[in-house]
Amino acid sequence: MSVVIVFILVIAGISLWWLSHQRLLSKPWLELGVDVIDGTPPSLMPTEKIGLGVFLAVVGCLFALFASAYFMRMELSDWQAMPLPGILWFNTLVLVLSSVALQIAVAASRREQIQTVRLALVTGGLTSLVFLAGQLVAWRQLNATGYLLNANPANSFFYLLTALHGLHIIGGIIGLGRTMAKAWAPAPRPRLPLSVELCAMYWHFLLFIWLAILVLFAGWAAGFVEICRQLLT
Amino acid sequence: MVEFTPRTTDAIPPAEVPDVELYHPHSWWTTYVFSQDAKVIAIQYSSTAMAIGLVALVLSWLMRLQLAFPGTFDFITPEAYYQFVTMHGMIMVVYLLTALFLGGFGNYLIPLMVGARDMAFPYLNMLSYWIYLAAVLVLVASFFAPGGPTGAGWTLYPPQAILGGTPGGQQAGILIMLFSLILFIIGFTMGGLNYVVTVLQGRARGMTLMRMPLTVWGIFTATVMALLAFPALFVAAVMMLFDRLLGTSFFMPALVEMGEQLSYGGGSPILFQHLFWFFGHPEVYIVALPAFGIVSDLISTHARKNIFGYRMMVWAIVAIGALSFIVWAHHMYVSGMHPYFGFFFATTTLIIAVPTAIKVYNWVLTLWRGDIHLTIPMLFALAFIVTFVNGGLTGLFLGNVVVDVPLSDTMFVVAHFHMVMGVAPILVIFGAIYHWYPKITGRMLNEVMGHFHFWVTFIGAYLIFFPMHYVGLVGVPRRYPELGETAFIPESVHTLNEFITIAALVVGFAQLVFLFNLFWSLKNGREAGGNPWRATTLEWQTPTTPPPHGNWGDRLPVVYRWAYDYSVPGAPQDFIAQNDPWPNKPVVHR
Repeated sequence: MSVVIVFILVIAGISLWWLSHQRLLSKPWLELGVDVIDGTPPSLMPTEKIGLGVFLAVVGCLFALFASAYFMRMELSDWQAMPLPGILWFNTLVLVLSSVALQIAVAASRREQIQTVRLALVTGGLTSLVFLAGQLVAWRQLNATGYLLNANPANSFFYLLTALHGLHIIGGIIGLGRTMAKAWAPAPRPRLPLSVELCAMYWHFLLFIWLAILVLFAGWAAGFVEICRQLLT
Repeated sequence: MVEFTPRTTDAIPPAEVPDVELYHPHSWWTTYVFSQDAKVIAIQYSSTAMAIGLVALVLSWLMRLQLAFPGTFDFITPEAYYQFVTMHGMIMVVYLLTALFLGGFGNYLIPLMVGARDMAFPYLNMLSYWIYLAAVLVLVASFFAPGGPTGAGWTLYPPQAILGGTPGGQQAGILIMLFSLILFIIGFTMGGLNYVVTVLQGRARGMTLMRMPLTVWGIFTATVMALLAFPALFVAAVMMLFDRLLGTSFFMPALVEMGEQLSYGGGSPILFQHLFWFFGHPEVYIVALPAFGIVSDLISTHARKNIFGYRMMVWAIVAIGALSFIVWAHHMYVSGMHPYFGFFFATTTLIIAVPTAIKVYNWVLTLWRGDIHLTIPMLFALAFIVTFVNGGLTGLFLGNVVVDVPLSDTMFVVAHFHMVMGVAPILVIFGAIYHWYPKITGRMLNEVMGHFHFWVTFIGAYLIFFPMHYVGLVGVPRRYPELGETAFIPESVHTLNEFITIAALVVGFAQLVFLFNLFWSLKNGREAGGNPWRATTLEWQTPTTPPPHGNWGDRLPVVYRWAYDYSVPGAPQDFIAQNDPWPNKPVVHR
């Protein structure tokens, strides 16, 4: 459970940092008035962005728990690591492109270049679909070479984690579709920049999760854990 | 008193936000059924939770009847008994307590208490309820599935949970349970995002975090915990579904069942236990923290005294929330672990007693020389303190490895957790309903029925669970449908079992009086007015009662003080509402 403990510590750190700015040492019973010195009005960050941030913390927790389970299950004797199909590197590249496209969309929406925004959103959506298709190809390749879902726990984790990650991408594509609807709506589009920004934020996070999954399955994470263990003992 | 002059900084949100951003319903359906109003959603959550809670109550009667009079009831087979145990536990912990505290009280109280018009994302909030309802209906469906509901125990430990020997293991029971839990977690996450973001972003002008009522602090912290803990249950449920449906071996070791080698191999049941309790232990505090918060407000209001050690109370809530994530393995002492781990988890478990004890001392010190009004909410709050201390003390026994090992899986454990996370939070729920019912409906609950309900429930709960400690100390194991002729079990245990069952039936029927009261008082209760308890917090200061959609009419409240200004010397009344600028005149804001 070490991975999830580290994750919880990070969240606790962020929470403590935030709480430390909330005047927890103040004496509210002595303070009177509306605008208390150094008062803590709600953040100026858009509420939707904070909502997405909290949601991403939950998603991060979910994957951290899977990583914990992965490491605990890996220590048992029947574990056989699985070779990664080459297409995963291509998929990774495509997902990076998708993230880059959405970042371009964010920059363009700030400069109100609607044509660029539209192009970047479509690119982001298409590359995501290509990524999903690529993942399916990877599944088929693995199946064809005998790495079945229930043949070994390493395989089971691979299918489970890629499926879950894919489901999150699909959820994101639905959100992206709604953003596109806003981008094609007649001007003015007051809520478009925020929507685009939320999409980009979500995509960057899912890219990060995907890289983490990749590190897990490429065996680099296990090597890293081994080094840490040797340092500790 | 320190006074502060208003600053004109851009960081301060405008005091009056025009009531334009809310979706206003146009039809009966969108007003009462598919409502996006947090208050309607709260009532929907609460009624659904109480309805399914009644099912769990009936299941507990059936269990008790079997324990007291084994062999009398033909339909309570050992399989049925396990199904009752499982469903009773799961419903009470997840579908009743969690849903009622966070979905019910969270939805009703957070926007009103922090001075918001509604939750941050009303549509998501509505969706949250409907997914919760679907989870409940799916769960209920398992009673009608072939083979009935799962009988794996509420902890659903593999490998037995998905094997043929357990009721529902190879039939639909366990699948339905896992699907229902997954739905519940998805629905809860939607609601939970709302509760957290509303506290962060929806607070009225002047409502700093350290001015929030402790109820909001409790629900807020519990929601943050739940958002981080429920994913562990989600992971465990998904992996178990894979094991059961797709033949993977995440949790399943190599097994021989009925002389037949199963295709599983190499999996780790302990892994499931870690995941389950990583959720399961914070869950105890997810239920307890809202109760702590609510009880602080009840005590302060009904003792007409400011809460003792407000800052300490806030810090204790946060500390308990953080600590509860590093104690989970104390549920697994008998599963076998490295002695140093046992030492570590015993230590962290006992450390939680420190912030918890701080809270208990502060409640008692709030009562000390207060102007105590023994109203029904106050009676329930007092009963909670006593019960929580009782349950907490036996927790110190069970937190120690050497004491836990012999007591593990005895009725002592059952008595302990029922006291500390069953009876205690339920008493707070009752107290809270008696307290806020006037705001929700505009009428008071009937006091005679309320007193009857309180005394029967309070005394009855002790008659049920105090003897159960003794039964456990004698060595009676939990989960056994009947004891049979066992040499070490004295005759007194059998007599006590009958006594406990009769007490349980009586307490159960007393809840019907409470339910009747809820409906009867809707029409016949005394008119309450806007603020019958003369309380300070914002929800009692709404322009109309019950508050309409949008809560505040044209102008959002402006907060001038903390939530506990009771019996302030020199004040015109014995309470000063949070939005009362006394002794200054109200400042007219832009």
